[in-house]
Amino acid sequence: MSAHHSRSQFQRHFRRDEAHVPFSIDGIAYSGRRGDTVLVAIMSATDRLRLSEFTAEPRAGFCLIGACQDCFVTLACGRRVRACTTPLEAQMAFVTRERGNE
Amino acid sequence: MNDTLPPVIVGAGPAGICAAKTLVAAGLRPIVIDEGFRAGGQIYRRPFVDDGRSATDLYGSEAAKATRLHREFDGLLPSIDYMPQALVWNIAGNELHLMADGKHHQIGFQNLILSTGATDRILPFPGWTLPGVYTLGAAQTALKVQGCTIGRNVVFLGSGPLLYLVAWQYVKAGGNVAAVLDTAPFSAKLNLLSAFRFDPRLVLIGMSYAARLVSRGVKIRYNVRPTRVDGSQYVEGLSFKSGTKVHSIACDAIAYGFALRPETQLADLSGCTFRFDDRDRTWLPVTDEAGRTSSQGVYLAGDGSGIAGADAAEISGELAALALIQDSGTTVDPGRMSALVKARRRKAGLRDILEKAFPFPDNWFDQIPGYTKLCRCEEVTVSTVIDTINGGELRELNRLKALSRSGMGRCQGRMCSAAMAEVLSATQHLKLADIGRLRAQAPVKPLPLLLQEGGS
Repeated sequence: MSAHHSRSQFQRHFRRDEAHVPFSIDGIAYSGRRGDTVLVAIMSATDRLRLSEFTAEPRAGFCLIGACQDCFVTLACGRRVRACTTPLEAQMAFVTRERGNE
Repeated sequence: MNDTLPPVIVGAGPAGICAAKTLVAAGLRPIVIDEGFRAGGQIYRRPFVDDGRSATDLYGSEAAKATRLHREFDGLLPSIDYMPQALVWNIAGNELHLMADGKHHQIGFQNLILSTGATDRILPFPGWTLPGVYTLGAAQTALKVQGCTIGRNVVFLGSGPLLYLVAWQYVKAGGNVAAVLDTAPFSAKLNLLSAFRFDPRLVLIGMSYAARLVSRGVKIRYNVRPTRVDGSQYVEGLSFKSGTKVHSIACDAIAYGFALRPETQLADLSGCTFRFDDRDRTWLPVTDEAGRTSSQGVYLAGDGSGIAGADAAEISGELAALALIQDSGTTVDPGRMSALVKARRRKAGLRDILEKAFPFPDNWFDQIPGYTKLCRCEEVTVSTVIDTINGGELRELNRLKALSRSGMGRCQGRMCSAAMAEVLSATQHLKLADIGRLRAQAPVKPLPLLLQEGGS
């Protein structure tokens, strides 16, 4: 499975011209916008957050208010963050299992 | 015991804000702990950065209330101790355990107001875990807080006032709404006529969403049951039953839900007695009309004590604070209290009617295939749950959780406990009230394993 998922799931209707905030997924560069959560930054650039532990099916969060815990992503340093309630910071480097990172 | 401990409020939505305002007016200095970045709760949540939208763009018909509550809370800041982005993850005796700034804190309390709000009530169907399927609340949060739609062409599915409201908000923001699929029959909406006497403004606003959607060419269908999400990597469409016919509709996102469920974990950990509520099909903490619980010094307000909506949350927040003040030995205005109790009863009457107009779907699991995942965290299927029930002759939810692992994952049953209860009661022909309720477990949400001591 390719790590490139250039199809964006979320569509921005506001804040399109905000300052760009660079981040990466498995080493591939993307940019979010100032004021993005991690979830919105990733889902506006791609169409998944992670693969499930049991079946490796793609997941992309569900409740967006910090209740379902479906949207966790892993930073290169090993720290897990809940994407829907974590603000995007410049140079965040996310890793997925899609290229055998785990 | 230290007599000078400040009152603590958990949650800064409409209930928590009104409780804080009332306590400050009585000369107290509450600690307000909230998971959000800014006060407002989910309904009046504010964007991280100004994106040019007005309060009316963000909150529609409720803009004036949102603006007032935000202004009131900001005005309270010098008079309260406010801890945003802080998660209360346990209540042990008279102590709160919380995480703030990545650190562990303990706060002792004598008086505590829990205004922990609600999350979407969810039932599973094939494909509900695919990227592009979100709760109705999530679809609204994406737009309100982040200015995004969850897809280009969105189906709105389920039951509840949010169904029509969020669909209309998407149309207004320039999103495409593929269809609104209501799981209730059209006849259920006729109940709204009897809601006029409680709140004509709300009823008219609510009905106007459906009318405006139709005027923009959005198809609304009633009495629908989804059969599956089409697509293997992301949403490509939705198949659904309407009458006896199966239809398919193309879409790239689905927003769905069946109204709300209260967040009661902290009330449970504080030792409150619960009762089964037939209307809401769930267990609720027992309170008096002012929000007093069976636990000394613990008060409940807002949707966390039973879904009643934002206006009722304001009322119950003030009531809980007045009860707290009264119980501490200070006289409160009895006229004000009885007026609030009356107003709260009216909101409860309205809620009874809304529940009939936007009912929970009957016999959901009759048409859900066994391979459907019931628990999205642990990926436990409906047939595994049913086999576990039959194999162990289970009659109680906590046993079902222990043996099937459904409800044991990261969400702590928030997304699957309604489904577990419905399946257990249907399989064993038991009433929902007779199968118990999932016990709350600390931590109520996942914590990083290494938490630094942050003091008390």
